[in-house]
Amino acid sequence: MTNTDTRHCGRRLKAFKAAFPYTVPIFAGFWFLGIAYGLLMNKSGFAFYWPMLMAMTIFSGSVEFVAVKMLLGQFHPLQSFLVALLICARHLFYGLSMLDKFKGMGWKKIPLIYGMCDETFSINFTARIPDGVDKGWFMLWVTVLDYSYWVTGAAIGGLAGDLIHFNTRGLDFVMTAMFVTIFMEQWLKEKNHTASVAGVVISVVCLVVFGPEHFVIPAMAVMLITFMSVRNSLEKKVEC
Amino acid sequence: MTLTQQILTIATLVAATALTRFVPFLLFKGRPTPPAVQYLGKVLPSAVFGTLVIYCLKDVSFTSGAYGMPELAGIIVTALLHVWKRQMLISVLGGTACYMVIVNILHL
Repeated sequence: MTNTDTRHCGRRLKAFKAAFPYTVPIFAGFWFLGIAYGLLMNKSGFAFYWPMLMAMTIFSGSVEFVAVKMLLGQFHPLQSFLVALLICARHLFYGLSMLDKFKGMGWKKIPLIYGMCDETFSINFTARIPDGVDKGWFMLWVTVLDYSYWVTGAAIGGLAGDLIHFNTRGLDFVMTAMFVTIFMEQWLKEKNHTASVAGVVISVVCLVVFGPEHFVIPAMAVMLITFMSVRNSLEKKVEC
Repeated sequence: MTLTQQILTIATLVAATALTRFVPFLLFKGRPTPPAVQYLGKVLPSAVFGTLVIYCLKDVSFTSGAYGMPELAGIIVTALLHVWKRQMLISVLGGTACYMVIVNILHL
């Protein structure tokens, strides 16, 4: 090993040691949800490599959970695309916030962007990286660790499904519970609940009008139109 | 759904997810974000999470069978747990356990 190699190794190790503790709580959360997702896929009739490969390629928990329902339903590629786009619309804002932080990262930029999820973003955006720790390697380790927690969780769940023979009826509620939790978290964070209430009300109305297979796209369209038409008054309320 | 359709569905999901991650870096490089986009970024997430909850319930019948009572109970437990502890793990675990107990023990 040359001198430069040793220095590179040291830098990577130092960044790993700084990054790992931040990811421990995420390990618990990702394994729990990832295993639940893999289990759900298994019980829906998919071999373990389905949830594993989907975890690797999609790498968005909420999209993967919704995908279980999609894969078992009718083929609606446009609806699937739009739903995923809207679920992940928040990534746009993570990206905007990370534009500067990812500058000059070279090849690391690609995995950093591809592996950006809610949890990784919140660490990389808020963590106070100590002096002397390589920022690029720190962020990359957080990204890689979180990614591997999710993918292994999904694979383990998919494999464990074959071993678990207790009654898993009702397990699919884990998806509903997850979205209720995310919805509540957003509710507790926001000062004005207009958007949350509008989302629920518009969706229920569209579900009744258009039926379970075709309500998502109309609901999204009505939401966009509504929000743009009340922008003047609503924008001030969400600001303050 | 055929295997090809399943793979195509997953491909659209991968494309949409990756798009939302890469677009800011390709589009807004060195430019300020349009105010309309910023505004939508504040209001859309809350509304979309509401839609997702409804999406999960889309096949539940509220006019027959158990009248959606197990789902309602599971949601209330999940929400209350979250207001109380604000720990995603506890809320999801508690709500799912409550629902599973209801549908399995009461055979709803």
